[in-house]
Amino acid sequence: MSHATGLQYLKKGVLPHMWCSGCGVGVMLGALVRSFEELGYERKDTVVVTGIGCTGKTDDYLVTNALHTTHGRALAYATGIKAFNPKLHVVVLMGDGDSVTIGGNHFLHAARRNMDLTAIIINNFNFGMTGGQFSGTTPADAITQTSIYGNAERQLDISALAGLAGANYVARGTPYHVWELKTNIKEALSKKGFSVVEIYSPCPTHFGKNNKMKEATAMLQWLKESGLPVEKYNSLEKSARKGFFAVGKLVDREEPDFNTRYEEIRRRAMNLKV
Amino acid sequence: MISRREMVRNQERRIMELGRKVKLMQGNQAIVEGAFYAGARFYAGYPITPSSEIAEESAKRMPLLGGIYMQMEDEIASMAAIIGASLAGAKSFTATSGPGFSLMQENLGLAVMGEVPCVVINVQRSGPSTGLATKPAQSDVMQIRWGRHGDQSIIALCPASVSECFTLTVTAFNFAEKFRVPVILASDEVVGHMRENITIPSPGELEVAERKKPTGEPAAYKPFIADEDGVAPLASYGSDYVFHVSSSMHGPDGYSNNNPANAAWRVAQLHKKIEMHREEIIITKTFDTEDADILFIAFGATTRASRAAALELRKQGIRAGVLQLMTIWPFADKKIASLGERAKTVVVPEMNYSGQVAGEVQRILGAGADIRKVNSYNGEIITPQDILKAIL
Repeated sequence: MSHATGLQYLKKGVLPHMWCSGCGVGVMLGALVRSFEELGYERKDTVVVTGIGCTGKTDDYLVTNALHTTHGRALAYATGIKAFNPKLHVVVLMGDGDSVTIGGNHFLHAARRNMDLTAIIINNFNFGMTGGQFSGTTPADAITQTSIYGNAERQLDISALAGLAGANYVARGTPYHVWELKTNIKEALSKKGFSVVEIYSPCPTHFGKNNKMKEATAMLQWLKESGLPVEKYNSLEKSARKGFFAVGKLVDREEPDFNTRYEEIRRRAMNLKV
Repeated sequence: MISRREMVRNQERRIMELGRKVKLMQGNQAIVEGAFYAGARFYAGYPITPSSEIAEESAKRMPLLGGIYMQMEDEIASMAAIIGASLAGAKSFTATSGPGFSLMQENLGLAVMGEVPCVVINVQRSGPSTGLATKPAQSDVMQIRWGRHGDQSIIALCPASVSECFTLTVTAFNFAEKFRVPVILASDEVVGHMRENITIPSPGELEVAERKKPTGEPAAYKPFIADEDGVAPLASYGSDYVFHVSSSMHGPDGYSNNNPANAAWRVAQLHKKIEMHREEIIITKTFDTEDADILFIAFGATTRASRAAALELRKQGIRAGVLQLMTIWPFADKKIASLGERAKTVVVPEMNYSGQVAGEVQRILGAGADIRKVNSYNGEIITPQDILKAIL
């Protein structure tokens, strides 16, 4: 049995890519294009929407349809695309800055509406592209370019937020747990409704360097040691969970997506008039 | 149980029956009728006074037309959603007023950069900031021109009657499709909320333009290589023509490109595309200007008052005429220069403090020209008496 390579979705002549050694974005992109292939996606039916940041540069490496948008707004653009042509596979690639810091409002409402989009979020705990400032997911007391004495703020839990706001599917992965990552991405893509795959990622150049994990492998090691399968994580006492996080599928629901609901309302409107 | 296709066809038949009927209608409502006439089938917006009627009418009618109404979480998302929908093949629009229009600027810039057709309606209200939310103004003229960072040209149209709310909306969509641009329809609270009889044109009576679609080999399609008319064909996501649009500086294929020669080419192309078609885009109307000594230059809500003032002056033996700007951007430089040559005095009534249009007129006619500004900036409409008082 030969494994998918995903090469048909990748632009020729653009490698080596721009991301740093140890960055998780490249691993995500590999898992994504292999998922596309295993699911039989055609380039012409696939739209990748990106925002601003390191993850936002992924569209330059793809030959699907693409829309590279303004910072934080990718989900809103994707909403317009999907609402008008529900047959498209619309995948939104964002970092933690794009998705839940500047993009928080759009993230909430995309989940609330249960838009049939797949949001794949690289969470590297800082704004990487602009040089490593703190973001909405930077842990308290972490050192970053704009919190050199330690972060005074707390971090947002992207997966928890997605679940609370109504997403049909939420999973967390890491570049270390790469095989499960592809499984979760495929589930997310296949799921109708708002699907989120949050990927904890190393950022050795900035976050890692600022927080004693400068080596490319150091953060991967941290992900390996701190990432527990969901069942294992849930079986721990709340007090024992500190320093760990759950890896795998966290939410799996079957609520109707926005387009399904809008068509229901449309039928209601037409029955009234006719 | 009839099929969805049949339901949509019934509705479209009903709309065709409506054609050529005289209806009493609100300006905002006429905008929506015009949008549907032009084929708009996607609206995304956020309610804001004095534009909310556009959202409500769109919400009511879109489902029946087979289209989609979305109420986004803010105006930033609204502008984003109509761009996304347009690239998926829709004629799309949104409506807002000052505070929302300010929020839309960044994504409007993406529509310019990505050459995405869409229509943005700004029913202007009195500012600054939250201001007098329910009162009219014409104070966004310069923001409409320059509101986005970076140097961009823009097309903006101003209706002065309920009938023009309909016809200029159709024109706005046509310009958007023909030139692959966002078009601003700069209405105001007076025109938006007034009610007049209008005759709805039958289908086919007004031109309805469609964007050029690519032909030829899909693999060879580049979304930013312009034809001789300065406009590149635009595919839709989901067609055989796979394409890439980016807010970043990009090459003809839509992928990131930081080559200086490419950037110069792209920036210039975005401007030239509109420059090349100024003749078609700049729409004006003249009333009694052939022999006018006093020339009123008016737009939107001040048009009627200017015409009344001019007629009153004529009664007093003073040769007065009115130039109505239906296109506010690009600015009607040539028309104003030629009419301004003959006139001894030019009067520019506008509902803003700075004389945003008067400044442009002064630029064209020179420092020595006699230009009288008549300004209202208190949320009150300018009356013919206000105008006459200011110049007699």
